[in-house]
Amino acid sequence: MSEAAAPGARIALVGNPNSGKTALFNALTGSRQKVANYAGVTVERKEGVVVTPSGRTLSILDLPGTYSLRARSPDEVVTRDAVLGRLAGEAAPDVVVAVADATNLRLVLRLILELKAVGRPMVLALNMYDIAQRQGLRIDLDGLGRELGCPIVTTVATRKRGIDDLIAQVDAIAAAGALGHASQWREPSAGEIREAHREAQRILKATVRPAERPDTFTGKVDAVLLHPLAGLAILFVLLFVMFQAVFSWAKPAQDLIDAAFHALGVLIAGHLPSGLITSFLVDGLISGVGSVLVFLPQILVLFFFIILLEDFGYMARAAFLMDRIMGGAGLHGRAFIPLLSSFACAIPGIMATRVIDNKRDRLTTILVAPLMTCSARIPVYTLIISAFIPSRQVLGVLSLPGLVMFGLYAAGILSALGVSFVARRIFWRGAVEPFLMELPTYKLPDPANVARNVILRGRIFLTRAGTIILPIMIVVWFLSTFPGAPVGAVDPAINYSLAGRIGHFIQPVLQPIGFNWQMTVALIPGFAAREVAVAALGTVYAIGNADASPGMLATTLAHHWSIATGLSFLAWYVFAPQCASTFGVVKRETNSWFWPMVMLAYMTALAYAAAFATYRIACGFGLG
Amino acid sequence: MHDMLAEPIASRAGPARGGAVRLSAARPGDRGVIVEVGADAAGAGHGVAVDELQRRLLEFGFVEGAEIEVLHEGAIRRDPIAVRLDDMRVALRRRDAQDVWIQLDPR
Ligand SMILES: Nc1nc2c(ncn2[C@@H]2O[C@H](COP(=O)(O)OP(=O)(O)OP(=O)(O)O)[C@@H](O)[C@H]2O)c(=O)[nH]1
Ligand SMILES: [Mg+2]
Repeated sequence: MSEAAAPGARIALVGNPNSGKTALFNALTGSRQKVANYAGVTVERKEGVVVTPSGRTLSILDLPGTYSLRARSPDEVVTRDAVLGRLAGEAAPDVVVAVADATNLRLVLRLILELKAVGRPMVLALNMYDIAQRQGLRIDLDGLGRELGCPIVTTVATRKRGIDDLIAQVDAIAAAGALGHASQWREPSAGEIREAHREAQRILKATVRPAERPDTFTGKVDAVLLHPLAGLAILFVLLFVMFQAVFSWAKPAQDLIDAAFHALGVLIAGHLPSGLITSFLVDGLISGVGSVLVFLPQILVLFFFIILLEDFGYMARAAFLMDRIMGGAGLHGRAFIPLLSSFACAIPGIMATRVIDNKRDRLTTILVAPLMTCSARIPVYTLIISAFIPSRQVLGVLSLPGLVMFGLYAAGILSALGVSFVARRIFWRGAVEPFLMELPTYKLPDPANVARNVILRGRIFLTRAGTIILPIMIVVWFLSTFPGAPVGAVDPAINYSLAGRIGHFIQPVLQPIGFNWQMTVALIPGFAAREVAVAALGTVYAIGNADASPGMLATTLAHHWSIATGLSFLAWYVFAPQCASTFGVVKRETNSWFWPMVMLAYMTALAYAAAFATYRIACGFGLG
Repeated sequence: MHDMLAEPIASRAGPARGGAVRLSAARPGDRGVIVEVGADAAGAGHGVAVDELQRRLLEFGFVEGAEIEVLHEGAIRRDPIAVRLDDMRVALRRRDAQDVWIQLDPR
């Protein structure tokens, strides 16, 4: 085979959910797509390339997992269309790599029989072979290969074992120019599914001897974690510990970042003549960006917990425990994981709703996803909490700020349940979709994977700080600086600036909920991204009174706002529709402007009502 | 030829299926073999047609001959349930399990 002439080939990774397709994809192509221990991690097709030793370029397609080609949810449609070559402008793959969890072959064998009807040349990757060996599972590879009529490679995707072998097999098929046959696939009937199961069962019996040391760990752990009462209690304790840790673990690092930015501000202010440039650097850039960056440690701590639980295999259990509670509000059990991802950010959460088959269930989930407390709210929450909530111990062990944070998360969750309950009644009175979910075996989290994912989250946060927050901060600084104060003015300069005028103009609308004009100014850029409001407050107040530094923002706020105003701001942020990209993704996923508009309307109404009630009640208690 | 276990008990008649019970009525600790996956839990208000539910159950491995054991149940109204299905663990709601009939092993 001549090196340069080897034509490229297109490869698709197909298999049951959670069989390690993405791990294999990452190992093959060196990408870093998300891998986690539950079904439905991948919801989009992702492409990557690898060059074989013979010089052939293989373009590899990672696909959402499925149990059948009879796609029922949007993510499974992606897989079916890719395998059948139904996507516009895209032919069927040259080689299909069926990825199987070697310890759980029964369902994938039936899927493979379906794939054979599609007629593409196939290679079977028996993944998780390390676990199979540990369990003493004996698989007659030659026999299985003969039964299925395709080459078999054993792989350990997470350790990059068997990858070269897999590439070699795929390369050989591509080199032979095997064409396969035309697709004979059509939706199987119930009888045909049964028939295929019998065939799969027969092959299994003939080629696989049961594990000598089957996994007993999962059963033992489940006895505790899925216990009807203890399980729920553990779930809540876990969430609680998570939020406590967000506050206590992150503190030292936060103090450090804070001090560094403060020192930087002082240093620059000391070395530059006071003037516009210095004001821009110190009040605009450093105080704005610093007030957001200071929350990086908290975001890392939160994600450390979430990723640990995902890798362990706990998420599906949490969905199990929550199903009935969510079902009461008309949410589908499968909505749990998308909603949980929304704790990171509503955007991946909304995309993850693709695993929900039913359109109405999916829309309900999309509508309430932004009510989950996303990480962009953390800066706002922590800022206000540290300004207005005394750092006291409650009941000896719990910190009051942690408790309030927990309460804010709970408020988000409860309101999501309430909204979905109402939405189902307003928009449709639908029947309930079936709920079937695999509970994966527990795996010890892989430290490298956890570290990689935590770093990834940190990078996303920093990128946002750099690409969204920074430019907006420059605009905010500009608006709050020009025009300057007239000679002999008594009020702070910002009062006379454009921002000040805008704030004063809109303030009457927000006055009933206790917001002052500085808050109004900060809310406007906050529509682009929630955490910008913190940076904007930093800028507005740093300019308003010159000695503020990012860390002192809390102190400044405590000085300028009443407690009632602080609480009202928190309540506003539980519901505030302040994220332009969320509306963008809802538009994309629902393919209409109707749903983003519904979302905007209901969130604004809720935010205003909640802030109003909070402010009035707090004033009633004399906190005004 | 067919595997012995994979042979469904062909009784399409009424609900009494030769000593088999619905999975939806089983309790933790119950174990046995699936003897029939039907398509007649009509009027249950499913979001999908009953034969669609049947196919989904089949694709998930709820198929005649599979060994099944109920492992756990939820706190509220004992729902959903977690079952061991051959080598796999699956969670499902009781309402979706009505059409799965199991022949319980003697305890
Ligand atoms: N021990 C072991 N674990 C593996 C192996 N391959 C994947 N895993 C783990 O299995 C889990 C699932 O891996 P993914 O790559 O996310 O699975 P997937 O098939 O892409 O799943 P979906 O995208 O949900 O369909 C993760 O926790 C991986 O770390 C392997 O060869 N050995
Ligand atoms: Mg994947």
